[in-house]
Amino acid sequence: MATAEEVAKAAERRDVRDRWLLSAPALLVIFLAATGPLLIVLVYSFLTPGSYGDVKWQFSPEAWIAVFLERDIFDDTLSIAAAHVTIFLRSIKLAVVTTIATLALGFPTAYFMATRSEKTRDLWLFLITIPFWTNLLIRTFAVLQIIRNEGIINTILLKLGIISAPIQILYTDTAILIGMAYVYLPLMVLPIYASMEKLDFRLVEAGYDLYATRFQVLRRIIFPMVKPGVIAGSILVFIPALGAYVTPSVLGGGKNMMLSNLIELQFGQGRNWPLGSALSIAVMIIVMVALLAYVRNAGKSGVRHG
Amino acid sequence: MAKNFSIKHQPGFTAIAATCFVVLYLPIIVLVIYAFNAASSTSEWGGFSLKWFQSAWQNTQVVDATLRSFQIGSIAAVLSTIFATMAALATTRTAPYPGLTFKYAAINQPLMVPEIVTGVALLIFFSRIKIFTGYSGIGYLVAAHTAFCIPFAYLPIRARLENMDLTLERAAADLYATPWKTFRRITLPLLWPGILAGLMLAFVISLDDVVITEFVKSGGQDTLPTYMLGQIRRGITPEINAISTAFLLLSVAIVTLFFFVSRKRD
Repeated sequence: MATAEEVAKAAERRDVRDRWLLSAPALLVIFLAATGPLLIVLVYSFLTPGSYGDVKWQFSPEAWIAVFLERDIFDDTLSIAAAHVTIFLRSIKLAVVTTIATLALGFPTAYFMATRSEKTRDLWLFLITIPFWTNLLIRTFAVLQIIRNEGIINTILLKLGIISAPIQILYTDTAILIGMAYVYLPLMVLPIYASMEKLDFRLVEAGYDLYATRFQVLRRIIFPMVKPGVIAGSILVFIPALGAYVTPSVLGGGKNMMLSNLIELQFGQGRNWPLGSALSIAVMIIVMVALLAYVRNAGKSGVRHG
Repeated sequence: MAKNFSIKHQPGFTAIAATCFVVLYLPIIVLVIYAFNAASSTSEWGGFSLKWFQSAWQNTQVVDATLRSFQIGSIAAVLSTIFATMAALATTRTAPYPGLTFKYAAINQPLMVPEIVTGVALLIFFSRIKIFTGYSGIGYLVAAHTAFCIPFAYLPIRARLENMDLTLERAAADLYATPWKTFRRITLPLLWPGILAGLMLAFVISLDDVVITEFVKSGGQDTLPTYMLGQIRRGITPEINAISTAFLLLSVAIVTLFFFVSRKRD
């Protein structure tokens, strides 16, 4: 006879087995079509480029050197690859500014939504969700129509006589910035709203009772309480902004390259797959550093307010 | 203190929020209006017309790309929802067990990686497989879409499971229902809104994808978004406005449905 303990243990073993069997298909698909290929990219970044794309199976650190340094074709000396550094800095700068811009616009918007009555809140949430699930390419295209030389902004300014010639916005860094802030705004609003919705306004009232000004209440009470949402929103905007492909290629017009365009170039015309792979891994490293900072920050604020 | 003092008020916030909502919708509205423009120029208004919708409808490339998008989207959505439902059952309503954190991380992994990186990773991986097997159909696109749709399908299903009451399942078990019977008669009907929401999210996400499809597709395998990207790069035509508008209406319809399904409480 099996004891009760043995029966319970067998049931638990069966449970564990069932849980792994149930999650197996999802894990397998993700490993085969997402995680696994990333490991191949890592391997490719240490190989020699083939003549017509792809690679020769020969170890070489050249691709990683080429990420930041340029080899002189005559005397083999290394100097800083100015073009790559410019693109890295531009991508990071645009991603950071996009994050700041969406935060500046998104924080008040989320606050506004969260302070509505229970009934109307759903409507505002719905209104912010629609652009979020609308095709990113279509939204980028919509921005293009607005900011181009014959677009509505320039037309209105010309008709009003404020400017005499259209302002060239399209195909500049500013265009990419406007486009990214536009398409990623809902990604900032939604997580801030989620933490704002749970905000206890009795604490705000207590703040006012103790003669705090509006700004003090915002900075010392509201902001610390929704900080996890702010950090989550910033991460959600920063990661896709850093690797953005559609917005820069539609609004930047190929002249103002970002990391994604540089990577694509190596797999297309450049035919330097190892360099493209090394650049991709470099992007991943920046993303992981950002995520790590997020996890540490989220952990800290969790302790403080939990 | 001021007369109408409201503790919830912050100066300027309402104005910024109003600006945000106007700015979010303005470009989309302009795009939709110009889709009905009779003029062939995209900057002048030449009266109301449906001719660009008609011309898109008669463009075989557009129709092909649309059908391919639907084909890939529906297969990927169904597969990813089934897998996500199974995974959600295995990762919710349980005490932490070894491997649970690993599963969460693995399921959400596609969300952590910029699309461009996943795109080139799949380009390398699938180009190797193409050489080995000689197969170059849409299977690669379906596999890629299924993978990145799983975390999205997983979200609403997990949320639904976590809020679910266990009493009915326990009662069923007490009445000698087999685990499978309990699942089919109790768990599944209760979980259904979550599954439906997951299915719709996965479908929209698959329809949306440009970057990964652009890198994975073989020649002649354009989906609607990659076809549109190619056209936009060549120059703006009113036909693109019409296609965008039709696409937009579809997304709005799905999101509206999603919103009501996922909000439904029992």
